[in-house]
Amino acid sequence: MASDGGVSCLRRPEMMNVGIGGMEHPLLDVDEVHVLAVDDSLVDRIVIERLLRITSCKVTAVDSGWRALEFLGLDNEKASAELDRLKVDLIITDYCMPGMTGYELLKKIKESSSFRQVPVVIMSSENVITRIDRCLEEGAEDFLLKPVKLADVKRLRNYLTRDVKLSNGNKRKLPEDSPPSTLSPDSSDSSPSPLSPVEIFSSPPSSPIDDDNVLTSSPESSPSPEETPVRRQKMRSPGLD
Amino acid sequence: MDSLVAQLQMQYRNYVLSLYQQGFLDDQFTELKSLQDDGSPDFVSEVLSLFFDDCVKLVGNMARALDQTGTVDFSQVGASVHQLKGSSSSVGAKRVKGLCINFKELCEAKNYEGCVRCLQQVDIEYKTLKAKLQDMFNLEKQIVQAGGIVPQVDIK
Repeated sequence: MASDGGVSCLRRPEMMNVGIGGMEHPLLDVDEVHVLAVDDSLVDRIVIERLLRITSCKVTAVDSGWRALEFLGLDNEKASAELDRLKVDLIITDYCMPGMTGYELLKKIKESSSFRQVPVVIMSSENVITRIDRCLEEGAEDFLLKPVKLADVKRLRNYLTRDVKLSNGNKRKLPEDSPPSTLSPDSSDSSPSPLSPVEIFSSPPSSPIDDDNVLTSSPESSPSPEETPVRRQKMRSPGLD
Repeated sequence: MDSLVAQLQMQYRNYVLSLYQQGFLDDQFTELKSLQDDGSPDFVSEVLSLFFDDCVKLVGNMARALDQTGTVDFSQVGASVHQLKGSSSSVGAKRVKGLCINFKELCEAKNYEGCVRCLQQVDIEYKTLKAKLQDMFNLEKQIVQAGGIVPQVDIK
């Protein structure tokens, strides 16, 4: 499990409802992309984690800005010697969170010497231009509108293939995007999930499937997935100071 | 045997299409389905299960906040509505999300009766969706048990 590096709520039933601070520092392959995801919503954490794993990222998901700082070792004044081995290539955080907002977390990260080079992406359910601008001005790499889709995460992955500075200052190129479609499961994915679909829904099935439900007067046109509000991007290489 | 599978698959297709057509689900649900694979075959049902847990918790919060004799803290109600709006959006629970948008406005207007009515609707709506999805997952199970593969339903 430890070699996995990421904390997956789906694989640890005892942590199902808990956002995890994850004090373990993952010993990761230098070429693997490690993403720290921050969101107070468990549902959103699970989804973003899945999206990131599909794009071959290792993920640590935490439920608050404080836990994120704790994970990064930024929650106290003394520098930890172990930080040299902590490798975070991207931080993706929700904007609206109780306690510390994503914006406040962004500021703290950009104020830190160890992590200010790490690209930070903000997610929000609200398309507020002033909010977006404020985050970009504070140094956010990108701003994603929720609900986040695979295409959004793939786009993030793309600019991680450019030069990325490690916290110790060495530049390295990350591997190209690997095609996500084959999705060969790694060993930990094949472990049985704690819940089967039948157990999840404790209430007995309702009325039997009624074929009449099929007949509707006019099918609703589903919105095109491309019709999303404009996402503003800061066109800046993450490797530059 | 083969025709049973074919029959079930057709039933399943029609059922899923109807869920979209009737506005229960939107393209974010499609997105979640696309993230499911042989390595994570229960991803959708697991996420939805967490969503319904969220519904129970948040609806409870809203009910308690609205149940104050004296002044109701609408910002407290609104905070729970905001969370529910977020998670319903993330799983593609279109009707629940739509109700949350209305609910949010009612909270901002401090419309007590409106909020109480909306909360009742939210309660009914998430439970309805839960039952519908239960039927859908059961159909999937039946297909697999009959030796078939759950078809990908093309929504467009």
